[in-house]
Amino acid sequence: MNLFCIGLSHHTANVATREQFAGGNATAESIARQAGCAEALLLTTCNRVEVYAVSDKRISTDEITRCLIAQTNRNPDNYALPFYRYEDNKCVQHLFRVASGLDSMVVGESEIFGQAKKAYESARTSGAVGPYLHRLFQRAFRVAKQVRTHTDIARGAVSVGSVAVELAQRIFGKLSECKVLVLGAGETSERTTRALLSRGVTDLRVSNRSLDRARELAQTVGGRAVAFDDWVAQCREIDILLTSTASEMPLLTAEILAPMLWERVDRPLFIIDIAVPRDVDPSVNEMEGVYLYDIDSIRSVAEQSLALRRQQVAAAEAIIADHVTDFFDSISQGLNRFSHAAEHSSLGENPLRASEL
Amino acid sequence: MDRYFLIASTFCFLAAVVHTVMEVRAKVFRPMRFNFLAIGLGFIFQTAFLWIRGQKLGRCPITNLFEVFVFLAWSVALVYMLVGPAYRLSLMGAFTAPLVLLLQGFALIAPIDTRNAVTVPANSWLEFHASISLVAYGVFALACIAGVMYLLQERQLKTHHLHSIFYHLPPLTNLFAVITRLLWWGFALYTVGIVSGFFTGHPLPRIQVVAAIALWLLYAAILQARHLKWLAPKRVAALCIIGFSAALALLWGITFTAELHRVP
Repeated sequence: MNLFCIGLSHHTANVATREQFAGGNATAESIARQAGCAEALLLTTCNRVEVYAVSDKRISTDEITRCLIAQTNRNPDNYALPFYRYEDNKCVQHLFRVASGLDSMVVGESEIFGQAKKAYESARTSGAVGPYLHRLFQRAFRVAKQVRTHTDIARGAVSVGSVAVELAQRIFGKLSECKVLVLGAGETSERTTRALLSRGVTDLRVSNRSLDRARELAQTVGGRAVAFDDWVAQCREIDILLTSTASEMPLLTAEILAPMLWERVDRPLFIIDIAVPRDVDPSVNEMEGVYLYDIDSIRSVAEQSLALRRQQVAAAEAIIADHVTDFFDSISQGLNRFSHAAEHSSLGENPLRASEL
Repeated sequence: MDRYFLIASTFCFLAAVVHTVMEVRAKVFRPMRFNFLAIGLGFIFQTAFLWIRGQKLGRCPITNLFEVFVFLAWSVALVYMLVGPAYRLSLMGAFTAPLVLLLQGFALIAPIDTRNAVTVPANSWLEFHASISLVAYGVFALACIAGVMYLLQERQLKTHHLHSIFYHLPPLTNLFAVITRLLWWGFALYTVGIVSGFFTGHPLPRIQVVAAIALWLLYAAILQARHLKWLAPKRVAALCIIGFSAALALLWGITFTAELHRVP
């Protein structure tokens, strides 16, 4: 029995190539049928297209790629086909790395875990997954959880919205009681606002030079509009200020903010200034209880998070290596028993399936 | 014999400290289970030491500077066991262990386990006064530790340089709430300790009384300023550190003068 993985990813293929395969109609079931695999699973994301399969005889990479290409209705001659192939323990290791986010474009991202689960469920429902891939993927999910729990691989935020949320949580804990003022109604501020809302923010105020635009955004995200002339007074009440106006001059300075801070001495104020030029004078960060992050400092935090994640790769690889050895030993015994049982089918049921039951 | 328990306890706290340092250096910080177990075991050995010593003396084992330091270390561990898990401040253990190690290590190494005859007879009010005051010091020590954690977190947020430990420290507002609660608990216990001191029937040196009341006034002022929102949380956190340093100095002074009075 052969356990293998054939695929392409952001490491080997550009986006133009990836999107051709990601948008195809191939399914795990169709690949298993056409290529003659005993079991197959197709993992498709924007960064990778991978087929995990088990077969009695060796199936070439070309056969699998032909199955994938057939479903894209494209001419294969138009593409350089940068497919990679992993077999046996390399295949196991690769899947564990993928599920744990180690092979992702943004190291440690957790989206791939959900995508792998979805691919598994889809293949299981269609009947393309049997006992081997079932065990492999269940172990992969367990490994991914262990890697996340025992390392800091998923720690830290790497986008503007997630950095803002992470920092807000480090200051306030739960965000459900935080009052947020969004100043300026740009695309980035809308995304960041949505990230804050997703973490429980309920009191949201939106202010913009154009009151209509403020109302529009407020309606979209479920907040209330505030007249632009009144936004400064809001600083007495709010906990988080998100600014992204097109102003050429700073709108908020230490002189404007100082009198208001006296009234909120025990409450921190978190300011996210994603405008360029900046809306908030940098000296505001020197004030007690005020935490000001401009776009550069947010990027710096994101880079620090990425660096921290990269430092965790070795620890994650060690966990994976332990599981690969253990898993491959156990599945090899199962594969050998299966081959033996297949030769003597009269002896009864697949021993591995029996052990699963 | 009893010292063996104390040595075992000190090794438990040392293990917690070494574990924390190694994990921080490896940037795979997981303070929860190991630290709690090590501190818990250390606390059990401390309790065994104090119980055996108490049986030997026939009174609460706070008769010399050595025992006072161990009792204080025990109080710190006790308050951590009560407060840490309750407020999900697992990282507090990583900060508590070094303080306890310092107190016990000093007690073991310094020649302060003197066997002077105790001049004051066993008196339940006196023992209550001394032990409740030491537990109050333990609470102030935890407030000091929470203050250090607050200042560390605050500095990282201000400077935008986030160490991996940043992700394990509690949020600023939660830490400040814990500091406030600990200050109130410590203040209440210390007040009981001071008031009970007047019922001991034993004349206390005036300088001790003045210093103890000065410390009480310092914590009262911090709490009043906190209540009236005169002080920013960062300053309250810094004052917790200053307050506990003053408490330690006072404790040293009280025990030192008491031992001086015993010398024939």
